[in-house]
Amino acid sequence: MAGCVRSSVIGVCRTLKISYCTFNGLKRTIDRKCWKNNALFSAHQPPRSFHWTAVKQHGDYEWQDPKSEDEVVNVTFINRDGSRVPVRGKIGDNLMYLSHRYGIELEGACEASLACSTCHVYVHPDYTDRLPEPVEEEEDMLDMAVFLKDNSRLGCQIILTKDLEGAEFTLPAATRNFYVDGHVPTPH
Amino acid sequence: MNRVLGVRLCRNVAASLRPTITAQPLTVAPVGHCQPLTTTAATEPCVAIVGAGPAGFYTAQQIIKRTPGCRVDLFERLPAPFGLVRYGVAPDHPEVKNVEHSFSQTAALPGVRLLADVTVGEHVSVAELRAAYDAVVLAYGADQERSLGIPGEELANVTSARRLVGWYNGLPGCPAPADLSAEHAVIIGMGNVALDVLRILTAPLDMLKETDITENALSALAESRIRHVTVVGRRGPLQAAFTIKELREQLQLPGVTALWDDFPADQLEKQLPDLPRPRRRLTELMVKAARDRRSPADGRRSWSLRFLRSPLEAHGDAAGRVAELRLAVNRLDGDKVAATGETERLPCQLLITSTGYKGQSIDPDLPFDADRGVIPNTNGRVTGIPGVYATGWIGTGPVGVIVSTMTASFGVGRLVSDDLAAGRLGGRSSEPDQLLETIRSRGVRPVGFADWLRLDEAETERGRQTGAPRQKVTSVEEMRRIIWAERDQ
Repeated sequence: MAGCVRSSVIGVCRTLKISYCTFNGLKRTIDRKCWKNNALFSAHQPPRSFHWTAVKQHGDYEWQDPKSEDEVVNVTFINRDGSRVPVRGKIGDNLMYLSHRYGIELEGACEASLACSTCHVYVHPDYTDRLPEPVEEEEDMLDMAVFLKDNSRLGCQIILTKDLEGAEFTLPAATRNFYVDGHVPTPH
Repeated sequence: MNRVLGVRLCRNVAASLRPTITAQPLTVAPVGHCQPLTTTAATEPCVAIVGAGPAGFYTAQQIIKRTPGCRVDLFERLPAPFGLVRYGVAPDHPEVKNVEHSFSQTAALPGVRLLADVTVGEHVSVAELRAAYDAVVLAYGADQERSLGIPGEELANVTSARRLVGWYNGLPGCPAPADLSAEHAVIIGMGNVALDVLRILTAPLDMLKETDITENALSALAESRIRHVTVVGRRGPLQAAFTIKELREQLQLPGVTALWDDFPADQLEKQLPDLPRPRRRLTELMVKAARDRRSPADGRRSWSLRFLRSPLEAHGDAAGRVAELRLAVNRLDGDKVAATGETERLPCQLLITSTGYKGQSIDPDLPFDADRGVIPNTNGRVTGIPGVYATGWIGTGPVGVIVSTMTASFGVGRLVSDDLAAGRLGGRSSEPDQLLETIRSRGVRPVGFADWLRLDEAETERGRQTGAPRQKVTSVEEMRRIIWAERDQ
């Protein structure tokens, strides 16, 4: 990925953002190795004050309001307790970072680098076909998800488009049950 | 055409259903700042969490979210936080370590304090914690290993994956546990830790140079003479505990060949349709790789999975160093492993046991299940001790990926908050700050999150010089020197 800027953290964030906005299916567009190198902001880490800026700015695109109605994509999150949270997103928003802006209890442990399944959501069946097919790495992580279903996806791999207007994303049921690797829970 | 129509329809439907009130965005993004070790007021609920790893941080996050005004103190044995994210996650998995950012945000929340370099059970007892806090959450993980219990385990160059992982990840007190002059290494166990070790032992050095692997480990790996690694599992391919990501990574290592002798690809292929999805995809990947079998290129490394074998005995050479491993050949009766009576021998100059971690008891006042290495609990409530909870590997056993620990710890955090809200906790008889003074009077200097950041910065600076994300400081004394230098001057 030629656009990878490693000299500053802000640069990294911007690089990622361009990926979000420009393409559907974030991971496809990013050279894995390049991402890995950037993920720790490490080799060329700026002074400490910037470190915090970097933490804060993950998903900064999602913190911007839509510039016009044409950009708006309305979606609804359905919390683990069943409560519905309608959200006014926009084209290019990453669903996971968008959920953080609105206080939805969706984690993003690996920060959209396809190394965990903490942002697992169910996509309303009417909308599953409007998303690009998951890449292999997403499928691998979904295998680890708790209460995997046919309409399971990782929130960090969902980039809002106009096709997703009205879509509902349900958070999987909270559970304390603990699964040994490879064990498959019975879907609710 | 249909798709366009679909979109239009959908827009109209959505417009008609659009609610008048939409959720308001949070006005302020979380801002990172570090809590000084400030005083607590007597009325706030106070929770002590033992262990500042993933379980501790996720529990803290949930309690702070659900119990406004609550104070959470995270006790940590080492001077550095993050537990297995720092010392367990493989160095070539930096993306998994991204979770440190969200833990750092939790540490910076008002009400959360890190008290690192304080050993519960040594510097402070659980009874003292119970007196000073309304609730105590044990989240200190599983840092012991299970032994094989076979003759020859005491031979030189027999070690555990735990020690090897600790060594290449810079865990204090983990010197090089083995030498890598062996040609044939054997790993016992087929979990993700086994595959991490396999990958580190076989990966091209250039790949590891870009990671936060310790310098010592990197130079030892540069001198490594390992040609083949056999990973041994007592059960079959359908019971392997590693996950697909780790297998895929191993299969994709450049210059490293998988050998699939005796792999029952045809038989497994017939069973594929009946398997649950994760198991099916994992097995498919093995079948595909086995069909694609190649012979090892000259001078390159190879590896293989040896299923249905249990170690019986390790034999040493004249120098008392492991040389050969005798294995029992097993068969499966349903899910149960049974010995066939046959045995086989495997050359082995380095034996690594990776048969699971195990928790230990840190305080005689706590119940402990020595068999399982866990603190007995029901849904996180420690048996027989009200106000004490267990989560993460010390509560659940050492299984699962980070999402499992997150889910469990969120659950325990909710439980603590619910118990606090319902007034089910007896309350405390003293204050955390009084206890902190007592701890200090014992010659212990707790490391706060801001203090840790000095070490963090020193480590990343060291890494910058070698082109690595960080170069970890591996001795506790040196960590303390770096952490306290600023204040001492």
